[in-house]
Amino acid sequence: MWNYTQKVHEHFLSPHNAGALEDANAIGEVGSLACGDALKLYLKISDEGVIQKAGFETFGCASAIASSSVLTDLVLGMHVDEALKITNRQIAEALGGLPKEKMHCSVMGQEALEAAIRNWKGEPAMSHAHEEGRLVCKCFGVTDQQIIRTIRENGLKTLEEVTQYTKAGGACGDCLDQIAEILAGELGKTPRQELRPAPRRMTNVQRMQLVMRAIDEEIRPRLATDGGDIELVDVDGPRVVVALRGRCSQCRSSHVTIKDLVEKQLREHVSPDIIVEEA
Amino acid sequence: MKTVYLDNNATSQVAPEVLEAMLPYFRDLYGNPSSMHTFGGQVAQSVAEGREQLAELLGASPDEILFTSCGSESDNTALLSAVRSQPEKRHIITTRVEHPAILAPCQNLEREGYRVTYLGVDSRGRLNLDEYAEALDDDTAIVSVMTANNETGNIYPIAKLAEMAREKGALFHTDAVQAVGKVDMRLHDMPVDFLSLSGHKLHAPKGIGALYIRKGVRFRPFLRGGHQERGRRAGTENVPYIVGLGVAAQLARRNMQCEQVEVAALRDRLEQGLLAAVPDCMVNGDVENRLPNTSNIAFRNVEGEAILLLLDRLGICASSGSACTSGSLEPSHVLRAMGVPFNYAHGSVRLSLSRYTTREEVDYVVREFPGVIAQLRAISPFK
Repeated sequence: MWNYTQKVHEHFLSPHNAGALEDANAIGEVGSLACGDALKLYLKISDEGVIQKAGFETFGCASAIASSSVLTDLVLGMHVDEALKITNRQIAEALGGLPKEKMHCSVMGQEALEAAIRNWKGEPAMSHAHEEGRLVCKCFGVTDQQIIRTIRENGLKTLEEVTQYTKAGGACGDCLDQIAEILAGELGKTPRQELRPAPRRMTNVQRMQLVMRAIDEEIRPRLATDGGDIELVDVDGPRVVVALRGRCSQCRSSHVTIKDLVEKQLREHVSPDIIVEEA
Repeated sequence: MKTVYLDNNATSQVAPEVLEAMLPYFRDLYGNPSSMHTFGGQVAQSVAEGREQLAELLGASPDEILFTSCGSESDNTALLSAVRSQPEKRHIITTRVEHPAILAPCQNLEREGYRVTYLGVDSRGRLNLDEYAEALDDDTAIVSVMTANNETGNIYPIAKLAEMAREKGALFHTDAVQAVGKVDMRLHDMPVDFLSLSGHKLHAPKGIGALYIRKGVRFRPFLRGGHQERGRRAGTENVPYIVGLGVAAQLARRNMQCEQVEVAALRDRLEQGLLAAVPDCMVNGDVENRLPNTSNIAFRNVEGEAILLLLDRLGICASSGSACTSGSLEPSHVLRAMGVPFNYAHGSVRLSLSRYTTREEVDYVVREFPGVIAQLRAISPFK
């Protein structure tokens, strides 16, 4: 059983400002059903930039609900410029602390707040960190920039802490080596550049050529060993549509092939945002 | 507030008869059964009696019973013994829905170079026998499949699986921790070589388990350093707990009918009541083939830990396969193996009854539960 503080219990059992806000002019959404927690934060911000009302809807455990509730308390009456300075640590501290394994709930609160304010300013929902970062944890959709930010704001020292705070590496674990590298970079005084340069935008033609080459050189030969084949149907931005042929087309685990082989290879050889769909 | 205990697959109440039978062995009869003096030696008889009582419940002979400290020790011992006694064989078959006490040692053996096949299950948690038949080969040292799953209560066709293993010359182990006392075990009628059980799931205390080892099966001890258990497990016998497990086994035999009929009826009353009262929920598992005491219900778009904490406020004890309850970030490996959709998996709750559960308790839960789900759904962003 979790050793939750009295404050967490209070905010979980009687959340403050729970529910959607009808007249919200700023909405920030983070997390998903698949991740196991999600927060939709509603704010009513005056023309001068003061947060006048706040509401939330949360899917998640007690600490996720409590973090959302205490966040609405924190930001009420605050100017957005001040609100943007709120860190996940402040959210956790306002609850009298959270178990380490639950710190990601406070990070979710901070991210939702940032997303809502960006929404009010008319900026894209994705934060700077999301946009320019390199996707590290595919299971929970965490970028290197989010990881770096959380390491710095919370003074994280171990791989385990990074997972507890960001969830990155907490599912399949494939990215743990990458996270270790990022952490080592942050801990070693070697000043890493503030933000990794955004990857050059690929043109559609370049992307298509890379996809075709990866299919010919990496994917088709592997399917052939099982008597199968693959056909490229369409490339639309990061969406790649394929059809499995030969023995693969009757295989009951074809969706596994699509995800585990085709998507993985294309993400590795073309770009990490590739999504493969079956025609 | 009264406690309504519906978490018997986690652990169960020590039966009053069991506690009563154990007490003298703490107070007066504290001797060591290996001692030469009468004071110690006399308790050896009690240990033998416990062994007989447990053997009777399993349809086995007393000399096929090895007492251990817990189900996990039994699981580990069986697996390691099987691979160490057949060094030429390098393959193990198990399932994706086993308890970690099987999965973790298997993963460890994989690192040592063993090949492990993890059989998948369908959406109701059932194995595919063709897939199993295909996986079995001359290199297979041991097959380990649980008798019943701790989360869904699913019962697996152990007799059939064990027969198929024997035909291929492989040993067969079953983790029967959840099944013993609820499912009739006739071990002499099926070619099971090892069976693991745990006392605290059948109203004996925590800290005692047993491993059945079929007569004639080669065995390699896990704990060495003493002659106890005929040299198969070192360590002074846990006399009071062995006595307790013996009495619990006797009670289980007597109450088997009650478990299978009355507890099942209460479980069905609970399950039907909840399904009728709460929209958007479903039962996880193989409804026609599961333990009589277990119900695993998934509630759409709510999170399990939050459900459990609100139930706790009402005195109701249950458990969940959600990610948050374990401190891991993913829902239970059993529900994932079954492909339960995420919006249900995170909101799955296991309710497990016992012969001490009353109808009043079940009705109380059916009355209070829907409010808990409604409260959480009201603040969920997913409708």
